[in-house]
Amino acid sequence: MNWGQLHLILGGVNRHSTSIGKIWLSVIFVFRIMILVVAAESVWGDEQSDFVCNTLQPGCKNVCYDQFFPMSHIRLWCLQVIFISTPALLVSLHVAYKQHEEKKCLEKRQGFLKKEEVDALRKQKMRIVGAFWWTYVTSIVFRILFETVFTYMLYFLYGGFQMARLVKCSASPCPNTVDCFISRPTEKTVFIIFMTVVSGVCGLLNVAELFYLLVKACVRQSHRRHHPHHLSRSREHQQNEMNELLSIDAKQKVALELSKTS
Amino acid sequence: MSWGLLRDVLSGVNKYSTVVGRIWLSVMFIFRVLIYVVAAERVWNDEQKEFTCNSRQVGCENVCFDHFFPVSHARLWALQLILVSTPSLLVVMHVGYREHREKKYKKKLYKDKGNIDGGLWWTYFFSLVFKTGVEFTFLFVLAWMYEGFIIPHLLKCEIKPCPNVVDCFVSRPTEKTIFLYCMVVSSAVCILLNICEMTYLIIKHCRNICEKRSIKQAKRLKCGCDSSELKQAQRKGLRNGTLRSSVSMCTL
Repeated sequence: MNWGQLHLILGGVNRHSTSIGKIWLSVIFVFRIMILVVAAESVWGDEQSDFVCNTLQPGCKNVCYDQFFPMSHIRLWCLQVIFISTPALLVSLHVAYKQHEEKKCLEKRQGFLKKEEVDALRKQKMRIVGAFWWTYVTSIVFRILFETVFTYMLYFLYGGFQMARLVKCSASPCPNTVDCFISRPTEKTVFIIFMTVVSGVCGLLNVAELFYLLVKACVRQSHRRHHPHHLSRSREHQQNEMNELLSIDAKQKVALELSKTS
Repeated sequence: MSWGLLRDVLSGVNKYSTVVGRIWLSVMFIFRVLIYVVAAERVWNDEQKEFTCNSRQVGCENVCFDHFFPVSHARLWALQLILVSTPSLLVVMHVGYREHREKKYKKKLYKDKGNIDGGLWWTYFFSLVFKTGVEFTFLFVLAWMYEGFIIPHLLKCEIKPCPNVVDCFVSRPTEKTIFLYCMVVSSAVCILLNICEMTYLIIKHCRNICEKRSIKQAKRLKCGCDSSELKQAQRKGLRNGTLRSSVSMCTL
């Protein structure tokens, strides 16, 4: 199993995203996950085995490695990608719920639905309005939050975005201050800067998407204020439809129960 | 280890699950299996190779590692993930059994084969109980075997052939502790989801029973319309949306 499962989930949400959301998804998969899998993991592969300390004291290397690398960059990036992808689950849950409701309504109106009709319903793009707008905006806010938190954690744990060649360690059982040398520091620095820049770009895309949605919502609101009759007529029409469906549903339920027992 | 097989098998379970069950499946695959595969397995990869003891005595490291890590965390989690996922297969098998019955008798025996009612309800409920039991058992085994959820960086070992008390150093203890917490928290979240799902099933089942009872009562009134009983049935009908039925029955 690899990142395929995540790709499946996010690919499903992609249909209902804005254009900026689609760009964000491509950046995530091409510039982050692929780079992580193809390049960064081979660079960090020998991080502990090639971490050497200038001492023969057993245990000193382990302790110093643990002190300077409490959490490997690779694992931090993997967790970051997993966490920033999970708000999309909220969106996909909402979409699934709405599609289920629409399917029920359609079945009541025209009876049994054909497979092609169900597939067409599934493939239909949902408009980002109403409650779905709030779900989508919440997911973007969480994405921005996770992005910021993980970037800050990386900066805080390693005191910046650069990998030093030499670290000085005096943790027990090292007998005194020993020099420890990190494997491939320059290559690691390049990848750290690259992944940080991509993370920044994703954060900016999320902020841009948020602004886009807010502006769109404001424009919609001002349009409603200028054309209120159009809105109230459509709301009344929707309410009438729902009442009709509810009364049909109640009658059908009772008729079914009566036929079962008689 | 290929987890794709488990994912393929469980994707079939999704169709017959409740809403909470689908959330549980997503949490399982994203927060547990994915984190386990992309992160935790790699962190525990070199656990024995980088386990160092402050002694040149041959065999001392092996014996101490075996004493402090009888079963690796990574293997315990793999077992836990497999055992927790398999009860869902019982549900798929039960639906398959219903399909087999319909084919055998060549008529429609069930309104909806995947609907969680009757025997399938009990199978589903039992699978939830089993899953919750497995989660609790593994959490307890982990806590008991490693005396908590922290991996120390230094262990003191005096088992033969180590000559005396030697210091042994664990590889990546901080990173391992962080992942241990991740997996324990996600296990706790899954337990909560299972309990919510069990509660949801019980409440839904009780509501169905109450609805059926109120409909039966309304039908009994069809034969003898007692005014007080009629009002009671009407009140119940109002609540369950069967009002028109009870009124129309009595006017027949």
